[in-house]
Amino acid sequence: MPEYLVRLVQVHESFRKAELQALAEITGVGLGFVLYDEESPFCIVNLPSDTAAQDVISRGILSHGIYELWGKGSTYDELHASVKDTSRNKWAAYHNLPFRFTIDSYRGSRTSSEQRTIIESFSYFGFVGPIRMRDADVSIKVFEDYDFKAKTPKQLFLGRFIAKSGRHAKTTYDLKKRHYISTTSMDAELALLTANIALAAPGKVFFDPFMGTGGFPLACAHYGAFVCGSDIDGRSIRGTGGSARRGQTGKMDVVGNFKQYGIEGHYLGAFISDLTNTPLRLPRLEDGTTTGGYLDGIVCDPPYGIREGLKVLGTREELGEIERQTHEDRYRDPNYIPPKKPYSFIAMLDDILAFAATTLVENGRLSMWMPIANDEDIEIMIPTHPCLEISSVCVQPFNKWSRRLLTYRRLPDSEVSQEGLQIAKKDYEKGIKADDLNGFRRKYFEGFKEQQKLKYEAGNFNGIGREF
Amino acid sequence: MKLLTLNFLTCARRTCKTSPSSFPLHPREAELEILESELNLVFLRNILPRLMWSELRGIGEELGLPSLPESPPSREDLVTKPSPAKPSSVTEPSSVEEEGGEGEEVPSQTAKDLHRLLLETTIKEGKLVCGNCGHEYAVKEGVANFLLPGHLV
Ligand SMILES: C[S@@+](CC[C@H](N)C(=O)[O-])C[C@H]1O[C@@H](n2cnc3c(N)ncnc32)[C@H](O)[C@@H]1O
Ligand SMILES: [Zn+2]
Repeated sequence: MPEYLVRLVQVHESFRKAELQALAEITGVGLGFVLYDEESPFCIVNLPSDTAAQDVISRGILSHGIYELWGKGSTYDELHASVKDTSRNKWAAYHNLPFRFTIDSYRGSRTSSEQRTIIESFSYFGFVGPIRMRDADVSIKVFEDYDFKAKTPKQLFLGRFIAKSGRHAKTTYDLKKRHYISTTSMDAELALLTANIALAAPGKVFFDPFMGTGGFPLACAHYGAFVCGSDIDGRSIRGTGGSARRGQTGKMDVVGNFKQYGIEGHYLGAFISDLTNTPLRLPRLEDGTTTGGYLDGIVCDPPYGIREGLKVLGTREELGEIERQTHEDRYRDPNYIPPKKPYSFIAMLDDILAFAATTLVENGRLSMWMPIANDEDIEIMIPTHPCLEISSVCVQPFNKWSRRLLTYRRLPDSEVSQEGLQIAKKDYEKGIKADDLNGFRRKYFEGFKEQQKLKYEAGNFNGIGREF
Repeated sequence: MKLLTLNFLTCARRTCKTSPSSFPLHPREAELEILESELNLVFLRNILPRLMWSELRGIGEELGLPSLPESPPSREDLVTKPSPAKPSSVTEPSSVEEEGGEGEEVPSQTAKDLHRLLLETTIKEGKLVCGNCGHEYAVKEGVANFLLPGHLV
């Protein structure tokens, strides 16, 4: 299979492979990694064709573009030898076309006269067409990879430009320019990346059970999915600034965000609900079989409950007769507030998995963010479910903590162990799990208090920290 | 909220989930609004097998909307049949298929009706009522509230 060079960005490194793999899966082509290094923005992959390469990269967030690989080497002599060996038969096709020849040096630089010398050393291509810096028909690039502070590059590649990535969406969806956001809105780049990794694609149905201001549904809709979401906090969905319906101006809400990007046709709607008392159909629980999922993907950033305390519907103590009656008498009152009780993050994670297992279609994805304290004991904590197989784990490191994006694939029923399924079903029906803070959990949460402080110090979002 | 969401929503009470009458929820005093959008065949094709057809039909009737056919359409029913194959000879069979094939599909009336009902018809105000326990969930400004009062959790 032909080799292609993907020009990656050198950020969110641990997400890059997962994204490329997901993009290949969405496109329906096979992709193999030939060369990949976490420290380098140059990655070599196998792909069946130029068209496949273009299709894969056109949605990419963590890349700039893709190139047909014409050669590689650790010195220029090696590169020339490799280029002559690999691509000699390709030169003629571009013989008299307008062309462009440039150099991309990573962690290094070249003066313009050095650049000219390098470019002229490839004159044996015999290109006689006009040089054009814009809209050239063929664009060739030399890639130089330097070690930190090194004088000479350690790796060289030469490639012909095929297509640019979809990274510009990061700017389009930038939170700074978004109509309606809150302190917990997910960064646009990461939301788009999550949508890619969860395989959001034209015509699919995606759901976010903790939608907040709608960051993930927006990202999924950008890729053509039809989306809906819910949140326990109605104010986050309905927004601020009064009622648009009553003609008040300055209304800022989730619908407004969809309108801003012209994708409101893909917004199925949102509702106010608690994930642990979801109004969504739970098909497999109802009939005891395992078929009937209807969501292609679930993407979310669950509440962590460190700062405000994670809440779900219900009361701390079971209600007595009189209290029940009081609720019954008052709940129709517009000022009635449904009671909420504290809940454990661990139990919530299990609930999300159980929810995903019943509502996802076979091979559908759950992509969920999860904060982790940087501590060896915690390192291993990845929640599991017999119907879900972990498909990627990506880490965004911070100083004393990190955030992970866990992605699961809903196994086809034929691959699920029946035994495991029965256990999962029972667990789910039991509902709320024991909530005692054992040592493990305590450590986990302590890590977060630490992290919260850091957030404050960093002064993120006007000093109002995130909810966790 | 687009009407399609009713295809996924039941009563939020755990005790109702196992009862067939908790699905679908019944719209009451509903104020509908049509919000036009582009028809998307890929989506309709994807969602078709996931539709709870007879329940959706029922909802349409309760809302007094044009009724859906008794049995669900097939994916093929979503596009108009291509005009009888051109009798042109077998000169370039494969290339014709590749270029002319997809993209130029014409949505059928069935597809248009489904699109109108599921994706353009929205509930703006009203209530959604559980057929099992009778609990009413309010819809305000297009957003339904499924938070359960203390005595129903
Ligand atoms: C980290 S925020 C998600 C923000 C969102 N990704 C965005 O871009 O705006 C978590 C959200 O979960 C909601 N939430 C908290 N507890 C919940 C529960 N039990 N069920 C559903 N949503 C809940 C909170 O109101 C909050 O909006
Ligand atoms: Zn009910």
